[in-house]
Amino acid sequence: MELYLFLAKGTIILLIFGITLLIATYSTYAERKVAGFIQDRLGPNRAGPWGIWQPLADAGKMFFKQDFIPARASKWLFIAGPSLAMLTACLTSCVIPFGDTLDLSFLGIEKPVAIQGIDVNIGILYVFGLVSLGVYGVMIGGWASNNKFSLLGAIRAASQNISYELAMSLSIIAIIMITGSLSVSEIIKDQDTFFKWNIFRQPVGFIIFIICAFAECNRTPFDLPECETELIGGYHTEYSSMKLGFYLFAEYINMFVSSAVISALYFGGYHFPGESIVAGLLPEGALGHNLMTLIGVGAFFGKILFFIFFFMWVRWTIARFRYDQLMNLGWKSLIPLAIANILVTGAVLLALPEIKGYISSL
Amino acid sequence: MVQNLFYFLSFLAVLSALMVILSKNPIHSVLYLILTFFTLSGHYILLNAQFLSIVNLIVYAGAIMVLFLFTIMFLNLKDDSFTGSRLFFHLGSGLVVFTLAGLIILKVATAPIAVADDAHFDSQIGMVENLGKVLYSKFLVPFELVSVLFLSAMVGAVMLGRREKGEKNF
Repeated sequence: MELYLFLAKGTIILLIFGITLLIATYSTYAERKVAGFIQDRLGPNRAGPWGIWQPLADAGKMFFKQDFIPARASKWLFIAGPSLAMLTACLTSCVIPFGDTLDLSFLGIEKPVAIQGIDVNIGILYVFGLVSLGVYGVMIGGWASNNKFSLLGAIRAASQNISYELAMSLSIIAIIMITGSLSVSEIIKDQDTFFKWNIFRQPVGFIIFIICAFAECNRTPFDLPECETELIGGYHTEYSSMKLGFYLFAEYINMFVSSAVISALYFGGYHFPGESIVAGLLPEGALGHNLMTLIGVGAFFGKILFFIFFFMWVRWTIARFRYDQLMNLGWKSLIPLAIANILVTGAVLLALPEIKGYISSL
Repeated sequence: MVQNLFYFLSFLAVLSALMVILSKNPIHSVLYLILTFFTLSGHYILLNAQFLSIVNLIVYAGAIMVLFLFTIMFLNLKDDSFTGSRLFFHLGSGLVVFTLAGLIILKVATAPIAVADDAHFDSQIGMVENLGKVLYSKFLVPFELVSVLFLSAMVGAVMLGRREKGEKNF
């Protein structure tokens, strides 16, 4: 039943895409609500009950504003900048497994269908490839504006991103060494019990990774590309209307994707504590398996939403860095720490079988 | 299907490679060069070398070309500051290019066409696991030598970029 398999996979991919956009949309609302909560204000509360139509109102405003292109800007590249930022942000979520497999044998599909866009052999490297390409959206946009401040903002954003990409990739290597696979679904399958979650096996790697994730998303305390006193608006100074909207929206999608990657790599993905107890309560066979998968998807989204909240929490708690502090942290602290982490992980991985053999021989 | 994709990618690769040298604006040249790297990565995927393809994207398109863009964006290329004999410049560059192109075409045209060996063909050879095993067993010494080369290049770059005594502090 090729057709059914195609339809099932297509539905899953469309659902993942839609949910990515929906969560990113409502992150803009949640950001202001969380800010209001932390600063003891109400936050947006005019559009609809509790202000839940606020994102739609914002989008409407963005679309109806004048779409302005500066006179001496490079027109095509000026349009290509935000498009590229949006494209790379949207492509990333397709290798993340949002759940275990679905058993669709009643439709005649024999192989279980994974809740994931594509399971590629290079999994996590695909994410890093796209992250490293995300720089182009910013750089092209900043250069095409034909404005000194835009160019300086773009250069600043790009050098921040490429500096933190290094430490980020190095912190992942330790996880790849433990799991022995680059595929994200394999990394999640390896964390099937609570104490095997990578946060317990790789605490240092996790701290490096989350700092780098903040820097890659240009979130506070590393939101240096935007700075009113030095750079006006940064790389999107000349942008207006939905082109500006795309740049801002891509940031929220990136935040969602980084939360998903953090949950998948360090917090067991769709696994949750007490899984075997829940599995014992559910009926046998395909129905029980599918229910279990759906609960797992729920657990994964719970973790993702928590990390999105964490991103906002940090934004209103920690003061921002100065640019030289940012570079010193990245190059002089995080990268050596990540390399040391790799060496220690390698040594432990080599020594562990020896120690286990010695203990059992006693 | 795969063959059509191959022709499409090849067409795009040749076109963007030509645009690298034909476009007037150096920024456009760099962007076309990035597009060329993309098409080459597409070719690697067609050859089932996923790891090579993504590393090509991360290293070349994602890191090296960003530095190219950095440098070119900061250069002021508006005024044509070329002084000297234009004829001599064109003649010299033309001579070098045609000699090189002639040599390459001669070599490629006379090279024997490799035939796929179906009996020993392994479609999984480009996967990460197999590549890692080959690199760390059969080609261990050259692989380590290359890493020493990289290390010395890194040390050299740091030495060159270091601020010297008495130099202006920005």
